[in-house]
Amino acid sequence: MPRPGFVLEVDKSTPPILFHHGESLRLERLPAGRSRVLYPGEPLDALDDVDGAIRRALDNPLGDLEPLHALLRPGMKLTIAFDDISLPLPPMRRPDVRQRVIEAVLDLAAAAGVDDVHLIAALALHRRMTESELRHAVGDRVYDAFAPQGLLYNHDAEDPDNLTFLGTTPHGEEVEISKRAAESDLLVYVNINLVSMDGGWKSTATGLSSYRSLRHHHNVQTMQQSRSFMDRHKSELHSSNWRMGEVLRSSGLQIFQIETTLNNDTFGTSGPMSVLQKREWEWNPRDRASFIAMKAGLDRMPMKARRRIFQSWKAPYGVTSVQAGEVEAVHEATTANVFAQQLVEIEGQTDILTMGLPYICPYNVNSVMNPILVMCLGLGYFFNMYRGRPLVREGGVLIMSHPTPWEFHPVHHPSYIDFFEQVLADTTDPIEIEARYEKHYAEDEWYRHLYRTSYAYHGVHPFYMWYWGSHALSHLGKVIIVGGEARSVRRLGFTPASTLNDALEMAADVVGRDATITHLHNPPIVMADVT
Amino acid sequence: MIAEELAGKRIAVTGSTGFLGTALVERLLRSVPGCQLVLLIRPGRRATVGQRAKREIFGNDAFDRLREEHGKEGFAALVADRVVPIAGDVGTDGLALDDDGRSVLASCDVIIHSAATVSFDSPLDAAVEVNLLGPSRIVATLADLGVAPHLVSVSTCYVAGNRRGSAPEQPVHDSPFFVDVDWRSEVEGARRARRDAEADSRRPGALVRFRKAARAELGAAGTPALAAKTEQRRAAWVKEQMVEAGRARAASLGWPDAYAYTKALGERALLQNRGSVPVSIVRPSIIESSVQEPRPGWIRGFRMAEPVIISYARGLLKEFPGVPEGTIDVIPVDLVVAAIIHAAAGPVPDEPAITQVASGSVNPLRYRHLVDMVRTFFTEHPIYDAEGQPIIVPEWSFPGRGRVQRQLERAKTAIDRGERALQSLPLRGKQAGWAATLEEKREEVERALAYVELYGAYAECEAIFGVDNLLARWERLDPEDQATFCFDPRVVDWSHYAPQVHLPSVVDHARVRTTAGGRTAERREDRLRRQVLAPERHLAAFDLENTLIASNVVASYSWLATRRLPREDRVRFVLQTLREAPALLALDRRDRSDFLRHFYRRYEGADAEQLAVDSVEMFSDLILTKSFPAAIRRVREHRRLGHRTLLITGALDLAIEPLRPLFDDIVCPSLARRPDGTYRGELIDVPPTGEARAQAMIDYAGANGFDLAESVAYADSTSDLPMLEAVGFPVAVNPETRLAALARKRGWLVENFDQGSGASGPLLPIGPEWGRPRRRRVPKVPT
Repeated sequence: MPRPGFVLEVDKSTPPILFHHGESLRLERLPAGRSRVLYPGEPLDALDDVDGAIRRALDNPLGDLEPLHALLRPGMKLTIAFDDISLPLPPMRRPDVRQRVIEAVLDLAAAAGVDDVHLIAALALHRRMTESELRHAVGDRVYDAFAPQGLLYNHDAEDPDNLTFLGTTPHGEEVEISKRAAESDLLVYVNINLVSMDGGWKSTATGLSSYRSLRHHHNVQTMQQSRSFMDRHKSELHSSNWRMGEVLRSSGLQIFQIETTLNNDTFGTSGPMSVLQKREWEWNPRDRASFIAMKAGLDRMPMKARRRIFQSWKAPYGVTSVQAGEVEAVHEATTANVFAQQLVEIEGQTDILTMGLPYICPYNVNSVMNPILVMCLGLGYFFNMYRGRPLVREGGVLIMSHPTPWEFHPVHHPSYIDFFEQVLADTTDPIEIEARYEKHYAEDEWYRHLYRTSYAYHGVHPFYMWYWGSHALSHLGKVIIVGGEARSVRRLGFTPASTLNDALEMAADVVGRDATITHLHNPPIVMADVT
Repeated sequence: MIAEELAGKRIAVTGSTGFLGTALVERLLRSVPGCQLVLLIRPGRRATVGQRAKREIFGNDAFDRLREEHGKEGFAALVADRVVPIAGDVGTDGLALDDDGRSVLASCDVIIHSAATVSFDSPLDAAVEVNLLGPSRIVATLADLGVAPHLVSVSTCYVAGNRRGSAPEQPVHDSPFFVDVDWRSEVEGARRARRDAEADSRRPGALVRFRKAARAELGAAGTPALAAKTEQRRAAWVKEQMVEAGRARAASLGWPDAYAYTKALGERALLQNRGSVPVSIVRPSIIESSVQEPRPGWIRGFRMAEPVIISYARGLLKEFPGVPEGTIDVIPVDLVVAAIIHAAAGPVPDEPAITQVASGSVNPLRYRHLVDMVRTFFTEHPIYDAEGQPIIVPEWSFPGRGRVQRQLERAKTAIDRGERALQSLPLRGKQAGWAATLEEKREEVERALAYVELYGAYAECEAIFGVDNLLARWERLDPEDQATFCFDPRVVDWSHYAPQVHLPSVVDHARVRTTAGGRTAERREDRLRRQVLAPERHLAAFDLENTLIASNVVASYSWLATRRLPREDRVRFVLQTLREAPALLALDRRDRSDFLRHFYRRYEGADAEQLAVDSVEMFSDLILTKSFPAAIRRVREHRRLGHRTLLITGALDLAIEPLRPLFDDIVCPSLARRPDGTYRGELIDVPPTGEARAQAMIDYAGANGFDLAESVAYADSTSDLPMLEAVGFPVAVNPETRLAALARKRGWLVENFDQGSGASGPLLPIGPEWGRPRRRRVPKVPT
């Protein structure tokens, strides 16, 4: 029976606490008497028979929908859309659950005599997936059967000939998605719901849409009203997507939604990484030795080698649930399953929130975690891992640990480089950035060219990263990055500190000397249920 | 009264664009309201004498006082009313006057001749033509015109030569130490030296040497650029020979330099040739900034003592030779001007009147005193280095000239060695900047060495220049004139003049940093960058390799070639390419065009369509990975500003096709195709390299109506020099050593564009195997 997550009150006997620190790790001693640590729950038990669970889900859909095999018929147009490289994090070991689901769907389609099938990586404005990434997600069998014929491909949100406008929500939000998906008799969407933000109407309304559509919810106002965007019922981001879902539904598009959830087994129970998901006071001598050796080894390695080690890590996640059927019904069940693993109750807000940022976020798989992504991971994702109230009080201080190097992947993040050099050099205010620069980057021909033909995130993508953190930016009194490259930290508008103690000293200027501290012990993923 | 004497007189002035001449014109206009001025000015290459007068004389801040008194328009009217510029040249027989000029000159009552070649390193023949023959040419022309106005000829105290003891105001040949040489044979000798040097410089051996040196400087910049550079080198060599000839001849006859030597013989020739022209000779010593008129501290140009003082203040010159108790004979310019005007106004002498304007005998400034004041001044008001740190000036130990020279020679040898070592390395960008810094240091040392060599003689000169005539004139002067036209050297209080008047003025002129901390003024790069990115620019032309991407045609080829090779052949291919690399590099260095033709043969038989597909993949895997994001941003900035952007590259169209959306246009070679869709391996047109690249850009600009003077070019190597030189705003990107040095010398913008720091491209430019994605070796997790 896996132990649930919990809150540790730090006292004098508490050992140093693990902080992720990009492609490295730190052990930090938190002040006794005023600190607590929010630990994730241990990995829930995985399904023994994933393929069986998938079949059962397809045969017993939730909501008002027939089983999948009943929806399939010869001569129909079937499109299978699936989540892109941004999920899960880190990528999971083969076989990826997407591959299992897609193979099951394709088996049913073949049995029903469906022969017009397209598979689309629903990447919205993310970068195109490479051949090896697609092979990893869908498996070699599916890839070799579809890709050479051009039936398995990346969504192109900038291909005017292959987008369909489906209408406008009562709020004036335009809905435009992939033409193939819109014209299909059935759209099957295959999700991996790593966190509660994923899935639901957001899958199709965001994943297969275009800038024209996305800009209605990927903006500062929406993000500041999403409290948090991990809590669908309090998230304006989701409300907008749900309104768009209404438009999708009333356009006659039939969607068969398949959502899957994973457990917290990010680093495994054996091997050198396993120590990262153990609680520090339970480390045995072997764990301690392997941690010391790992840290010493990593710190002596060149950045590129470290990056390669971490980026090659595939998590041994177990699948905890599969649900299929009508979008909203499926998503309700999925969210409950995600919460079962991740949600941990914690009482009251804190003055200072600390977090160790790992090497990976949704937008740097096989890539570089650049400073803008550091901001997005800390102030966007980790800050928003709450239900109820933010874990840190308004005016409080966020201390994150990450090396924050001034490094960018030239192929994946070209517009980020320019955003960092030009936009952030000018202002860090999201509203001003949105008003003065967004359109310019979003409609830039060169970025469009790179997004469509190379492997670049869309020109507007760095703006979304900044918007993702805009709620935190307005909420927090100060942001400090421990161990970060000073000039890039300053460019972000944050304060660099060399050690956690220095950072706590700096924080004292804002929240006083006796401020309470809470450490978000993430990853594995934990979400705070703040009462 | 001087003003009354000169009222209604017409005074011709030569050398009015110089330091002394400008002060003279100003004072005559201001303090002698009744006189007319005729300025004999050498027409410039592009400017008429009127333009030169306006810009080089009346534009000077010496006239600020007059401008203030009369207003801007009043001053212009005053100049128009009282000044007549005429074209003339004292370096030419007959003064190169036209008929108008001749009649204007004939109408003058006084001629003040202050034109001279004062530059310490003027070639012997130039000094001879101007300094030696100039005064004689004037009297010859006057004789020819049949007039005999009063000629006041400005000379120098140093015509006395290197000697100890008193040097009275007497004709040079009256001195017991005068080595009697015939000035005519000296003139002949100087002209012959020029002819010999010109002939020597054209001998095959010498031309080969110049060409070699030009190639070393420019690399493979193409024939026209090399030819221009070779000729430049030849001319520079001839000049060097002539400078050396002047220095040697002067030393052999006991003068400190060619200036004093030619001036001395010029006086001698003048006195022999003067005929009926009454002559006054005024000999100042070392002229420095004014003590009072038109304002305290006024100075023009960077003269003799100033560079030495500033080099000292910058900490470059640690020592300067000289005798501590010796006299530095300095005289403020306004005193010299007053003495000249007084001579011009005074009674026309029957016999040549010689007046020395010097301080050494009546108000000596001791070398030790001067050095102390300079040191104190710069200790109290230090100059700041580029980082905003004050520069501490060294203590002076009054060494002999030999020791200082030896020290500097040693430093120069060390720097030379370092420079040679750096130049032999394939450096780029910031590292290449070190070489350029070293070169700058070497030039500084060389300059210091030249100062020591040339001015050391002056600092060590122990002659005491007599001023009996000057003082006698002073005593006779009306008290009112004494107030207006002060030329009494005794009035100068050195302890006030040096720290309060002269040194602040020198610092002001030197444009050095005088404030601590961060920069206040715009930095040079920022200013250049602003010019490059000004909206009014027309065209921005870019080179590709090492300017936009850190890759080359060989890498592209090998990526494309290996893309569809079976695994075992890939290894063989890599080994073979590595083996060929040195030969390819050598060919590239010799002639880029030949290299490209030779290399592109390898594409023979390749399937065009397949290459097109593969090159899209190569764009991400190789080209973008190796790109400089800041360079790409720069292209886009130009486009946004409405400039036309043009890529000019020797890379094949098939390889750079995905870059097309970045530019408005691309000039690049393409391969001929066979009917079966494979490539022939032959280029359709001349690849744009060297001068062909410049020509391609010139043609493009011509066809589109762009002005290259308003255009920008970005390139990384001296082989692109013709292209860079063709535009008004060249930018050296990550320059290799030679280009870095050139760019620094010419004041071009240098940009160091980095490869994206997160980039990790393939180690070898090998395409991932077709149908099998690249798998990287992952280092083991340390346990």
